[in-house]
Amino acid sequence: MILQVSGVSKRFGGLQALSDVSFNLEEGRIMGLIGPNGAGKTTLFNCINGVYKPEEGRVVFRGQDITGSKTYHVAKMGLARTHQIVRPLNDLTIRENVIVGACFGRENHSLGGAEKIAEEVLEFVRLHERANQLAGSLNVGQKKRLEMARALAARPYLLLLDEVLAGLNASEITQMIGIVRDIRERGTTIIMIEHVMQAVMNVSDDILVLDFGKQIAFGTPEQVANDPKVIEAYLGDPTLAAELSGKKSSA
Amino acid sequence: MDILTFLVDGLLIGFVYGIAAMGLTLIWGVMNVINLSHGPIIALGMFGIYFAATSLGVNPYVGVILVSFAGLLLGMLIYAIAIHRVINAPHLSTLLATFAVNMIIIGLGTTAFTTSAYNVDFSLGNISVGPVNTPTTRVVAALASVLVTGALYFFLYRTTLGKYVRAVTDNRAAAELMGIPSARILALSFGLGTMLAAIAGGLIATFFPFTILSGGAYELKSFVVGVMGGVGNPLGALIGGLILGTFEGVIPAFMPTSWVPVLEFILFVVILLVRPTGLLGAKK
Amino acid sequence: MSLKNLKNPGLWLTLVVVFILGVIPIINNKASAREETLTVLLSVILVSSLNILLGYTGYISFGHIVFYGMGGYVGLFLISVYGWSLWTAMVAGGLASGLLAFLLGSAILRLRGSYFALATIGINEAMRAFISNFEPFGGPTGISLNFQVYNQYGGAAQALWTIYYVVLALALGNILLSYVVKTSKFGLGLQAIREDEEAAEVMGVVTPSSKTWAYVLSAILPGMVGVLFFFKNGNIEPGPAFRLHLSIELLVMVMLGGYGTIAGPVLGAFGYQRLRGLLLTSDLFKNIQLTVAGVLLLVIILFIPSGAVGWIRHRFPVTRRYLP
Ligand SMILES: Nc1ncnc2c1ncn2[C@@H]1O[C@H](COP(=O)(O)OP(=O)(O)OP(=O)(O)O)[C@@H](O)[C@H]1O
Ligand SMILES: [Mg+2]
Repeated sequence: MILQVSGVSKRFGGLQALSDVSFNLEEGRIMGLIGPNGAGKTTLFNCINGVYKPEEGRVVFRGQDITGSKTYHVAKMGLARTHQIVRPLNDLTIRENVIVGACFGRENHSLGGAEKIAEEVLEFVRLHERANQLAGSLNVGQKKRLEMARALAARPYLLLLDEVLAGLNASEITQMIGIVRDIRERGTTIIMIEHVMQAVMNVSDDILVLDFGKQIAFGTPEQVANDPKVIEAYLGDPTLAAELSGKKSSA
Repeated sequence: MDILTFLVDGLLIGFVYGIAAMGLTLIWGVMNVINLSHGPIIALGMFGIYFAATSLGVNPYVGVILVSFAGLLLGMLIYAIAIHRVINAPHLSTLLATFAVNMIIIGLGTTAFTTSAYNVDFSLGNISVGPVNTPTTRVVAALASVLVTGALYFFLYRTTLGKYVRAVTDNRAAAELMGIPSARILALSFGLGTMLAAIAGGLIATFFPFTILSGGAYELKSFVVGVMGGVGNPLGALIGGLILGTFEGVIPAFMPTSWVPVLEFILFVVILLVRPTGLLGAKK
Repeated sequence: MSLKNLKNPGLWLTLVVVFILGVIPIINNKASAREETLTVLLSVILVSSLNILLGYTGYISFGHIVFYGMGGYVGLFLISVYGWSLWTAMVAGGLASGLLAFLLGSAILRLRGSYFALATIGINEAMRAFISNFEPFGGPTGISLNFQVYNQYGGAAQALWTIYYVVLALALGNILLSYVVKTSKFGLGLQAIREDEEAAEVMGVVTPSSKTWAYVLSAILPGMVGVLFFFKNGNIEPGPAFRLHLSIELLVMVMLGGYGTIAGPVLGAFGYQRLRGLLLTSDLFKNIQLTVAGVLLLVIILFIPSGAVGWIRHRFPVTRRYLP
């Protein structure tokens, strides 16, 4: 078990952003994390990697309790993430951005070692031709791949991907899904938050559904897509509901 | 003098500190700019009433009214020239832009007035209540400060422009979407901030001598008071001013006066560390 | 940092230029030229050390001069009371400032943006007020050296030259240090913090200790030259030692040259001090030199916010490799 989340709750003032979320994740799997806007998905990531300290519950990563640990300690233990709203280090080059990931991540590389990893990772996400450009000059799709590259350069055991497909065009989505699959092939466990239903249903082994901070379903994509509670949660969003049922009929 | 007199003197001047700090935190709250030209503008307020009295021969309190309008216009001018271009730039840009204005005013002021002390020749006698005896000008300054605070609240909460200022404070982007001309509101807010600084300077000049450099000390006090009261919280600034004034009045009873600034600035840093939203909470 | 980085032409050009400018007064053997250049070299040291915190890490300090004053006080105290030699006192001054930075940094570096800047103003003022009351350091009158201390350095005239050599060496050393820091892994972490502190933490940069060490590194050299400067002056008082205005002038110099670069602070220090010298000696501008400097600063902030070197780097991206 690479990650065990038990009974995690998080409040913002009067708003219960997460209540009693629990799941276990086995090594080498891809878990999809879905739910309507504002369901608490990003907040769950933030509670896992230490941006927020949950009021209740435990997060155990590779056998160690990391509840409320500093994000940099969590990062060094081998947990990397991307941000829903990209956070490039604008005034550094793309290569330097990725070197930061490699230098300060799990393997704690020297600059020289990090440079080699950066070359490799940049090629993997197909940004190598722009390596000397400033990160601030990239478009959104490229910035998402940069987020991914930085996280990968840390050589994490577990990778949290927050809506890496959002805002990408169809061919970019295909490219990105390919990248996600390749990452898993290399043995990295992944949790991905995604609104693009088709994609997440296809690529995930397990799906966790959040709605108003509550965990309403956890299981295989088929189980989840047929769960009446999930369908109900998505009724407010007709397009997603349609996508969900589309998936159901094809399954 | 006994402790009670010290206390009352401190409390009275605390009202004026409150006005000065209100100007600083109004700007800070509305546009997230720390105005490092605050001190020189306070000093200009002092010279303003001096020249109103000596050249125009008007009563210093009429001078304060004239100075307040001049302060408003000057602030809007400063905003247009020095701030607007960098309003969205990193903090360093606005800090240094306002500091450049500081240098310009101090440079011109030193040339025009030298750094020697001026004094508004004006007295309303003293007021005695029981054992306490204090210059009337201080009491008037305190009352004027209360009046100014009331006027500011009236403006912010009872007028359309004031509503716009609050909307821009809360969320500039959203205010723009609602059709509020944010650039003009920012200029106005900056003008209001400098207006308060000028008024504070004018009131202080009715009872203390001053030089072109005198504003610096009040600028620092405004930081202390502003942080105490919470950024962008006018009433907090007034209360913070009273606390600081009282503090300054009482401390000399227990230790040499020269320790007052030490305690003041240590208190300032400690408040920043433990309660950056201010003792009274930021208005946000 | 790998050795190949030390081959950077921009670094060597900067070092060579500073060296040549520093050697000219020595060759001409002119005391007046020496004093002018000394002011510039002191600024170079203060500005490029400030740049480690401001330019690399993105933390705006209005209190950099505190370390200069602190070093000066500790140094003069040790020399006058315990008879330490200038050189050991210099090292002690640097260490004292470093220690002060460590203690202060551990407390205030968790503040962000304007709040940090304000705290540094508070510390500058608290420090001055405290030292004015601190009797071992002479209270408001400060510490004065007996004229005889210069004898062991070959008399006052010779001592001034010796101090000048040391300051020149420290200036060159400081440029090298700021380059080494910038191109190191530690420096990369600092720059990540400058760009986005939370993103840096998520990538594993241990921000509290990185920031504190950056602060300590930026404090040591100012502490050392503080000892030299006030020793040369023969006395130190709270006012001149902790002048807020000087801290802000340093920020102006960083901005002028270009923040976060190696050559920028050097260029900024030279440019600013030259300009000040010119204005002060010109009849026309003597009285309004502060105003002219203010207008100049404003023009830079408004129109070339990244400073001279930053502007070149942005305008001609090819130069990024050669202008560290
Ligand atoms: N720092 C915060 N302070 C206050 N409220 C917050 C904070 N972060 C998130 N929230 C609130 O918590 C709820 C959950 O937010 P979260 O970002 O986790 O949703 P999400 O599932 O990621 O949504 P989306 O699909 O839109 O990204 C929302 O109502 C949000 O407004
Ligand atoms: Mg989200």
